[in-house]
Amino acid sequence: MKLVTAVVKPYQLDAVKEALQSLGVSGLTVSEVQGYGRQKGHTEVYRGAEYTVDFVPKIRVEVLIDEMDADKIVDSIVRAARTGKIGDGKVWVTPVEDVVRVRTGERGLDAL
Amino acid sequence: MPPINYGDTAWVLASSALVLLMTPGLALFYGGMVRTKSVLNMLMMNFATIAVVSVLWVAYGYAWSFTTDSFHGLIGGSDAYGLRGTFDALTGADGDRIPVLAFSGFQLMFAIITPALISGAIADRVRFRSWLIFVAVWTTVVYFPVAHWVFFFDNGHGGWIADRLKAFDFAGGTAVHVNAGAAALALTLVLGKRVGWPQERFKPHNVPMVLLGAGLLWFGWFGFNAGSALAANGLSAIAFMNTQVATGAALLGWIIVEWLRDGRPTALGGASGAVAGLVAVTPACATIEPLGAIALGLIAGAVCALAVGLKYRLGFDDSLDVVGVHMVGGATGALLIGLLAAPFIAGTGGVAGLLYGGGFGQLGRQALAVVAVAVYSFVLAYAIGWVIQKTIGFRVTREAEIEGIDTAEHAESAYDFLPVSGTGGAFTIARVGSGRPSADRAAEAPDGEPTSVSERIPG
Repeated sequence: MKLVTAVVKPYQLDAVKEALQSLGVSGLTVSEVQGYGRQKGHTEVYRGAEYTVDFVPKIRVEVLIDEMDADKIVDSIVRAARTGKIGDGKVWVTPVEDVVRVRTGERGLDAL
Repeated sequence: MPPINYGDTAWVLASSALVLLMTPGLALFYGGMVRTKSVLNMLMMNFATIAVVSVLWVAYGYAWSFTTDSFHGLIGGSDAYGLRGTFDALTGADGDRIPVLAFSGFQLMFAIITPALISGAIADRVRFRSWLIFVAVWTTVVYFPVAHWVFFFDNGHGGWIADRLKAFDFAGGTAVHVNAGAAALALTLVLGKRVGWPQERFKPHNVPMVLLGAGLLWFGWFGFNAGSALAANGLSAIAFMNTQVATGAALLGWIIVEWLRDGRPTALGGASGAVAGLVAVTPACATIEPLGAIALGLIAGAVCALAVGLKYRLGFDDSLDVVGVHMVGGATGALLIGLLAAPFIAGTGGVAGLLYGGGFGQLGRQALAVVAVAVYSFVLAYAIGWVIQKTIGFRVTREAEIEGIDTAEHAESAYDFLPVSGTGGAFTIARVGSGRPSADRAAEAPDGEPTSVSERIPG
């Protein structure tokens, strides 16, 4: 099993969610996060004084998947999240030792 | 006894309520500009000022401001302590008589908002009890006398600025705005900079709240300016129209400066420009024509937009630009009367400004009024602030300032959108009753005093 984590632009969340649904991914976790990559932050001006805002709002999407599907799912997230402009985000895959469904106690692939 | 004028009385009472609303409006205007950790303190500084000044006003404020002069146009008398003796009395010119209590209630609202204006300069860093003491003392020794100087007419025997010097200040450009702005400057010097300023800049946490506050100020300001006619007549109508048009022009003036200098017009700039225009037209609204008000607004908006940058050059931490908007804006409006006073507008009594062929005389009188109020307020505010700082302390501790003044001074936090707790917002009750939060108890001796002087930040 794998955990796919994607940090994407907030506006792209719906596209990513639809792409995952169309591949049969049955659940995901979304959180609002802030950070910066190569695009860095941006500046804002209040009463003539410039403020550097280092951290840009992003959405983190996490899905637990069967590792057989990993490439396919990563590709579809990347396709859905891409605008071609700097700041599109990152997707990474980490191995997962075990998963338990709380309600039934099922383990491993059955719990996905 | 001459008859009461019911129309005038209704307008003055309605105007009083409009002016009261300006202080909560100011609280929102300021509150949106501070950080999430100090918004409640900002609101409370303003709200509590309403309470403190209302009490002082009834006790002796009205008497000192608006009863028969007792010393060379500097201070009123002792005739109406507790408002005694005013309950059946009327005031005003023949045909425009209103109850003294209606006039007194109207003027009370001015006495409230003037010290409230100061709060924005010292946001994020003062002890609440020290602020209340400052408000009580400053209002007593600065506002009440200055209101007498500027607003009390008595056939040549009234306040020295209004009735002897004959400088124009229809609704308080000097008595309210220059007065509060100069005191604000003094307090920023007594209290010093906030932790981190100016290396860190503190961006407004809620700009829509700032615009809501500015909108309430704009609405209430019709009571402030048009109500100052103390009658529902042509004078109040010209004040009303000038207030509207100068404010619009000042909003444009401010965002034009931003457009040229920064490349973008901002919402905060629009709100600030509107307030700068309201401030600047306040002294002038009954002495200029609407075309003059457009010029006055454009100038005031642009001047204030540039003036708010001065604090970075000069190094005083005027948190929310009270000096740049109120002192500079109030002075700009008061001085422009010297140029723009139109002799055919009722409030001038036929006096013409420089651009209407009147020479430099009125400009000189306006300048003297501005300087006198600014110097008096600055010196006394500095002295009062200094004494408070040296005795009971004026600033919060460094730790409290960093952690946030809302929790440190009020044991509250403003926003609780998504509390991390099992019941979605319910909290375990630690203690019921008059307890102070345990974190505070640990830091303080039983009498509530900080355990050591070193916890306070020296000015």
